[in-house]
Amino acid sequence: MTETIGLWVAALFTIGIYSFLYKENPLYRLAEHLVIGISLGYFIVISYMRVLEPRLIEPISNGEQGAWLLLIPAILGILYITRFFPKVAWLSRYPMAFLMGAGMGVGFPLSMKAQVLRQLEASLIPLYKTGMSWEIVLGNVVMVLGTLAALIYFFFSKPHKGLFFGTGSKIGIWVIMVGFGATFGFTVMGRISLLIGRIQFLLGDWLHIIK
Amino acid sequence: MKRSIPLAIVMVGGILFIIQYFIPHQHSQTLFDYYTEWAPIVGAFALVLGVGSLSRLHSHKIKRKAKNWQYSYAVLIPLFAVPFFALLMPESLGGGLMESMGGTRTTQGVFDFAYLNVQIPIQSTMFSLLAFYIASAAFRAFRAKSALATVLLLAAIIVMLGQVPIGELIGKWFPKIGLWILRYPNLGAKRAIGLGVGFGILATQLKIIFGVERNWLGGAGE
Repeated sequence: MTETIGLWVAALFTIGIYSFLYKENPLYRLAEHLVIGISLGYFIVISYMRVLEPRLIEPISNGEQGAWLLLIPAILGILYITRFFPKVAWLSRYPMAFLMGAGMGVGFPLSMKAQVLRQLEASLIPLYKTGMSWEIVLGNVVMVLGTLAALIYFFFSKPHKGLFFGTGSKIGIWVIMVGFGATFGFTVMGRISLLIGRIQFLLGDWLHIIK
Repeated sequence: MKRSIPLAIVMVGGILFIIQYFIPHQHSQTLFDYYTEWAPIVGAFALVLGVGSLSRLHSHKIKRKAKNWQYSYAVLIPLFAVPFFALLMPESLGGGLMESMGGTRTTQGVFDFAYLNVQIPIQSTMFSLLAFYIASAAFRAFRAKSALATVLLLAAIIVMLGQVPIGELIGKWFPKIGLWILRYPNLGAKRAIGLGVGFGILATQLKIIFGVERNWLGGAGE
């Protein structure tokens, strides 16, 4: 019974969202408001069950050794609430400062490693090795030179003139356009597969027209 | 007190944790463990700000009978009902998490019902709705007005057709070209953009640590 009602509710909201293709209407508005409320409600539950209960409440209530130290982040967290009281709202900067400072400090070497060094490392590959097929060799050349050329295109400290910066940036924009095209095509296919999934739900799970 | 101490906390914390990364010592690891233990707790409380702001906004809308105020109930009721059933009535009224979601229940409760039958269908339908808009955007973007636009058009068409059966009907080599474009030139472009983003992240992190970027302080208490 619950499952049948659930199926109908899901179908109703699916149609409600698609009705936006015609024009905005009350069912669409209801669906978009509901999704905001449920999402935030969901995050409250997840935050409590995954973070606050196991990491704060249980250790303190079980009297685990050193658990009293957890009162420090708890007090810091409670200071967020002062944001709603203008006279003491500045206190909410303290938990933010903790998260920002420590977060940036922890994140800096990790970002350097993941976003820069690993990417550079992955770009510095041998273009040819014995046994490689020609399309892989060509791919490696395009990838390595393409990365360099696209980087030159984004380098605005020097005018894009001459053999290195001028030609490099020109090749760079071609590589970027191929990348944008491929990404666009890939995104379109992703959305289409979601659309197929919803239509399969409506015609299959709900109406049983298709198997 | 209002600005200087938070800025000092950020600077000291930032520098301390950058240095911590390079010190392979037990005390250094303990410091990092404290951070990983404390940060999610402090972060979880930040949700109070979101819930508070959203509740205030929508309750004001209802009070003032602003345009479309009735829909504000559709935000406020599930916002409080979902946690209420899931946390305060975990079994009796069918709240609590299902097994598939990390909980103990085997049957659907209010929480699961709202999540599985309202949240997931609405969200995936909203994303699939973009298929229509992206198609109309493609119509505008893919007009081969210049050589560069033609390259973009060709790359997109090859990648799209390469992923569907019609691609293989054109030729067995066709999906391979699509894959090659995704693997090599696309990766080159993405890596260059990613490196730019990476340097941007690093610069922003340093600006925040050294107090050059202070927007996060907001205007509270000014």
